[in-house]
Amino acid sequence: MKKFAELIEELDATTKTNRKVAALAAYFERASESDKIWTIAVLSHRRPPRPVNTTLLRQYAAELAEIPLWLFEDSYHIVGDLAEAIALVIPNNEMKSQKSLAGILEELILLKPKSEEEKKNYVQEMWLQLDYYSRFVFTKLLTGGFRIGISQKLMTKALSQVTEVPEDELAYRLMGNWSPATTSFEELIFGRNEQAYVSKPYPFYLAYALESELYELGEVSEWSAEHKWDGIRGQLICRKSELFIWTRGDELVSDKYPEMLELVDFLPDGTVLDGEILPFIDGEIGTFNDLQTRIGRKIVSKSLLEKVPVVFRTYDLLEINGLDIREQNYLQRRYKLESMLQSISHPVLQLSERMQFNSWSEVSIERGLAREKRSEGLMLKRNDSPYRVGRKKGDWWKWKTDPLTIDAVLTYAMRGHGRRTNLFTDYTFGLWETNSDGKQELVTFAKAYSGLTDKEFAQVDAIIKKTTLERFGPVRSVEPTLVFELAFEGITFSNRHKSGVAVRFPRIVRWRKDKSIVDANTLEDLKALIPK
Amino acid sequence: MKSRVEIPFYNFEYHRFMKQSDLLVFNSKGIYCPKAKVYLDPWRPVNQAIITHGHSDHARFGHKSYLTHHSNIPILKHRLGEIPVQGVAWNEPFQVNGVTFSLHPAGHIIGSSQVRVEYKGEVWVFTGDYKDEDDGVAVPYEPIKCQTMITECTFGIPAFKWKPQVQVFEEINKWWLGNKEEGKTSVLFGYSLGKAQRILKYLDPSIGKIFTHGAIENMTEVLRTQIQLPPTNLITRETKGKDIQGGIVVAPPSAHGSPWMRKLVPYETGTCSGWMAFRGARRRRSTDKGFVISDHCDWQGLLKSIKSSGAERVICTHGYTDIFSKYLREIGYDASVENTNYEGEVDESSNSIHQEVS
Repeated sequence: MKKFAELIEELDATTKTNRKVAALAAYFERASESDKIWTIAVLSHRRPPRPVNTTLLRQYAAELAEIPLWLFEDSYHIVGDLAEAIALVIPNNEMKSQKSLAGILEELILLKPKSEEEKKNYVQEMWLQLDYYSRFVFTKLLTGGFRIGISQKLMTKALSQVTEVPEDELAYRLMGNWSPATTSFEELIFGRNEQAYVSKPYPFYLAYALESELYELGEVSEWSAEHKWDGIRGQLICRKSELFIWTRGDELVSDKYPEMLELVDFLPDGTVLDGEILPFIDGEIGTFNDLQTRIGRKIVSKSLLEKVPVVFRTYDLLEINGLDIREQNYLQRRYKLESMLQSISHPVLQLSERMQFNSWSEVSIERGLAREKRSEGLMLKRNDSPYRVGRKKGDWWKWKTDPLTIDAVLTYAMRGHGRRTNLFTDYTFGLWETNSDGKQELVTFAKAYSGLTDKEFAQVDAIIKKTTLERFGPVRSVEPTLVFELAFEGITFSNRHKSGVAVRFPRIVRWRKDKSIVDANTLEDLKALIPK
Repeated sequence: MKSRVEIPFYNFEYHRFMKQSDLLVFNSKGIYCPKAKVYLDPWRPVNQAIITHGHSDHARFGHKSYLTHHSNIPILKHRLGEIPVQGVAWNEPFQVNGVTFSLHPAGHIIGSSQVRVEYKGEVWVFTGDYKDEDDGVAVPYEPIKCQTMITECTFGIPAFKWKPQVQVFEEINKWWLGNKEEGKTSVLFGYSLGKAQRILKYLDPSIGKIFTHGAIENMTEVLRTQIQLPPTNLITRETKGKDIQGGIVVAPPSAHGSPWMRKLVPYETGTCSGWMAFRGARRRRSTDKGFVISDHCDWQGLLKSIKSSGAERVICTHGYTDIFSKYLREIGYDASVENTNYEGEVDESSNSIHQEVS
């Protein structure tokens, strides 16, 4: 554990990529086989299921620190991270535990079914056995989300340095359905596990947002365009008469979309398709909100299946007849895909249209149709490009439509998390509406916490502290004085929100210091933006 | 200057207005003793000011007369120029209009005092900024018996627990040595008054040369008559980058990211502050390394100090006042909050920039 905690501390202590990779590589050189496999698992979000819920963890921590629960909660809101808050309030800084990372994680797996009393004893005992940083890391393992600025890409790079297995191959090996409890480091990195291979997806090729002018991409004839569909990116795998659906988040979701399972009888064995899972209601693409109702469900009810059916709209072919064809160029892959889909007629499998234009201005006109066609904009793909691994610049670009914007008033603020700890950086915004008494009031419609510079955040933070009206735990209501321009991707009617509308991915575009609150938009202005 | 907004009232249910009969009251200019007509650390110009220590949020310009501990006088004169200031010793009572005052060591920085105020058997203590750890630089804090204690609580939540400074300075010297072996310069940020001298005192000159930023050098020069410190080299226009390499540079937080840093490349940065206990604060400051070292009390330090004062009534001035006073009430103190213009240890990235006067 000590070694792993030291690794995390080292990774945490630098913002430089090279240093992080070097630290990881050095760790992989020294660590035991079992610690290595668990480290890979933890850093690729394969930790054991959470054995204790966070409400209990808070109680255990307050008890051990001999402070009232409210005081722990208040401290946690200031610290901004639960594991860090727990590590800080518990008074011990001596490392007494000799347990290995693998040993602890195996204990956590066994802990899950145990009684509350046993859980409490175990967790509190561990906290007292660990020094501050090990306690922080241990608690992170308990609470989940191990986000510490280590991307899978960095880890793959370090592993590649140590094992001399090429990065792309490693990326592939680390994907899919393996478990650190049953897979050895040798098997994962060097071996060939037939069963795991059957369900294994390829690493997704991800596009960057277009950053130059269109004409700088060269000849329009070298490029194809597709609409950028607003669903869940996924891979549909058909091997050995089994069907698997993987999302971009490396999550196996085959069970969540039962309507797709019969595709196994239609697709040739050894096929891997790249595409988008989309809600498709009455012959039309639904909104992302519709899809939301399907995402969270483990068991999909019949009525939901009828209410929000989904389709797989495919745009690339990665494997055909069991052969990896990612090295072939985009046009070759598309021709194979298109001819395959001609022979398959199933309503759940759709082809995303490939478009070829004669001029860049035509491309630009097509992008203008995006909202009408229910897409987020265009994808531009170079005809002679292979299917690459991860986010790479040059061959694929996403060119989204300009976002919708509105001027709104800041009404509530909450302390941020992570690097924004102790700063009020999470805001709630309101728009004007005439209430039943005929008076203008601000109605909450969105929350946003990105888009300002650190300096602006510091200024807004100072204003919030001076204009606080009331405090509700970590949240403060503030006197409305600040106007911000917000951008968002989509907007739909919603009866789950007080405002009656739901906006997608709201973020701050700029602080409108030039506007006073009476100049902000009304809720009616916002509703007028909803597509008919 | 930072703009100040007057907050006319609190709507917290536990806020209690001070009584007319109180020995010390809080008004728009500072902490005031009506019987003696004397202010403690006032933030607006007044006739008579008792100053606890030299930080700019406590020692301000423009008072008609200043009274402070002898050892704080050079600091005040350095920062405020020629001011009418009278020095007193610690534990030496003096009378003003029948009220007895005395200063006692606060352990915060060199020359920092608590103020004890006594009238007809009633005793109040204003701590100013203080810490209970003996840092070997400032005269150590002494708990003073009183009925009412006016305390800061900059780090008044249980998430703050300082390590003994020996350990932190060991880490700092180890970090410096490691950077030196990699051919890099170590740049360490800390307040020019207090923190900087505490750092200088414990740097290990056998590792390499110690350099300073102008703000640090000037303040340190003023204090050299009072403490033994290793020799420092001021970085000037003429200093060559090559000569600094592998050494350690002590600089004020405001120098971070300024063009002044260019000469120091290649470097690693470290920040010395109580806020470095938070990973978020460290990342926001984009410092490579955070050293948790503060001139204020940690949570236990505050509680211990209050307990040993024997006070029944506690008034919290700056820091996590709401939370800290709520907890004090729960464990049986008559605790309340008063608003002041003191800042404690400023987390530079979260608020206005601490005024670095040099």
